[in-house]
Amino acid sequence: MDRRRFLQFTGMVGASALALTACDKDNDNTGGMPAGSIDLGSGDTGILNYAYALEQLEAAFYTQVVVTPYSGITATEQSLLADIRDHEMAHKMFFGKALGTMAIPALTVNFANINFSSRDAVLATAKAFEDLGVSAYNGAGKLIKDANYLLLAGKIVSVEARHAAWIRDLISNGSFADTTAVDANGLDMAAEPASVLAAAAPFLTSKLWAGNLPTD
Amino acid sequence: MNLSNLINTIAAQDGSFYDRTDSRRNAMRSIASVGGKLALTALPLALGSLFQKAYGQTNADITAVLNYALTLEYLEAEFYTKGDASGVVPVGTAAVKAIQTIRDHENAHVAFLTTVIKSMNATPVDKPSFDFTAGGAFADVFSNYDTFLAVAQTFEDTGVRAYKGRAGELISNNTVLTAALQIHSVEARHASHIRQMRWARGANAKPWITGNDTGGIGSAVQASYAGEENTDQASIKITDFVGTNAATEAFDEPLTADQVLAIVRPFIKS
Repeated sequence: MDRRRFLQFTGMVGASALALTACDKDNDNTGGMPAGSIDLGSGDTGILNYAYALEQLEAAFYTQVVVTPYSGITATEQSLLADIRDHEMAHKMFFGKALGTMAIPALTVNFANINFSSRDAVLATAKAFEDLGVSAYNGAGKLIKDANYLLLAGKIVSVEARHAAWIRDLISNGSFADTTAVDANGLDMAAEPASVLAAAAPFLTSKLWAGNLPTD
Repeated sequence: MNLSNLINTIAAQDGSFYDRTDSRRNAMRSIASVGGKLALTALPLALGSLFQKAYGQTNADITAVLNYALTLEYLEAEFYTKGDASGVVPVGTAAVKAIQTIRDHENAHVAFLTTVIKSMNATPVDKPSFDFTAGGAFADVFSNYDTFLAVAQTFEDTGVRAYKGRAGELISNNTVLTAALQIHSVEARHASHIRQMRWARGANAKPWITGNDTGGIGSAVQASYAGEENTDQASIKITDFVGTNAATEAFDEPLTADQVLAIVRPFIKS
C-alpha cells in the first residue's frame, strides 16, 4: 500500500461518525438498537455488511502493521504482511462497492491496546483476527440465501484460512491447523455473528448492531 | 425421530406451512446446534424432501456432492498415509509432524463424510485404487521430497477449489453446508502450510496463489490453477483497489466437478 492509499483510508475512518445516519436500511426494525449503534441490516445485505465490518477491521490492522513494522521483522514477514494488507483491503473495498448505498459507514477502530512494536503482540492479534474471520465466514455461510454471495464468501474464507495458517506458523511452526483450530472430525471453527461481533468489539470504537441479521 | 415426524405431519396437512413460518431452517438449526458427529448421525432424513421446496435440492443431490467430496478425501488420505509411511519426508524434521497432522485430518474427513452420507440413507462410494505417480508424471513421488510436496500442494489447492465449486449445491441444508465449509477452510490451512514447506526449500510459492502460477511445479498441474488469475468479482474490478497480483491472491476461485475430475483422473487407477 502506498502512502496515498493509507491517507485515503484514514480519511475514511475519520469521516465515519458523520456517516452514521446514512445507514438507512429499508424495512429494518431498529427497535432495541442502542443509540449511536450502526445497524448491519437484514438478509444477505446484513451478512455482507457483517463481512464488510470484519474486513474493515482487518484492513485497518494490517495497514498499521505495515506502516509501523514490529521490531525484528524479517524481509519475508514484511513482504507477506503487506500482501495480507492488500488482500484485506481488496475484500474491504469489494464489499463496500458491492453494497453501494446499503453499506455501513467506515468504522472507527480502536487499537489502543495493541503494541505494534512487539512481534508477539502483533502476531497474536493477527492470529486472533484471522481465526475469527475464518470462523465468521464458516458460520455465516448458512445465513446466506443467494448462492452467488455464498460463493463469494467461499472465495474469501479460504484466503483468510491461508493467512491464519501462515500467521500461526510464524508464531509456532506446525500450528497451522492444530487442535485449537481444527476438531477431532477435521472441521475448522464456525461461529455465529453474535460471538464474532463480541470478540471484535474491543477493537472497534464504532458500535455494531446485529439485531436484524438472519439467524438461520 | 419425533421432530421430523411432526414436521412431516404438518407439511402433509398444510403445504404452505414452511413458507409461512420458515420452519425448515429453524428445524435444521435446532439440530445443527447440537453439533458434532452424533448430531449429524441423527439427521432426520425426511427433512431432505422438504428442502426441495425452497431450493430444488434433493437429498440425493446433496449426497452426490458429499460422495464427490469423499472421493477427493480418499485421495488425500491415502496419499499422506503412504507418504508418511514411505520415509520420503526427512526424518527428524518438523515436516514429519506436519504431514501427520494433515494425514490425520484427511482420514478424519473420510470418516466424517462417510458417517454423514450414511446418516442420510445414502451409500458412501468405495475408495478408488490410486496411482500417485499419475501414470509416471510424478514417478518419484514417494522417494523425492520435492515431488511429494508438489503433489501435496496440487491436491490441497485443488481440494479448496473443489469444495468451493459445489458449496452452492448444499445451500438448502444448513448442517451439511456448514460442515463442508469447515472442511474447506481446513484444506486451505493445509495448502498454506504445504506451500510454506515448498517455499522453505526454494520454491517460489507463497501461502496464497498468485495469478495462475503453479509455484514452479509446471504444466503437469496447470489445470489446478487455471482461472485463479481472475481479477473481477461480481463485475467489480479488484484491480481498482489493489495491484493485479494481490487482486488474484485475495480471492480463491472455484473449479467445476468436471474440471476437478479431469485433474484427479490420472491419479485414479479404478
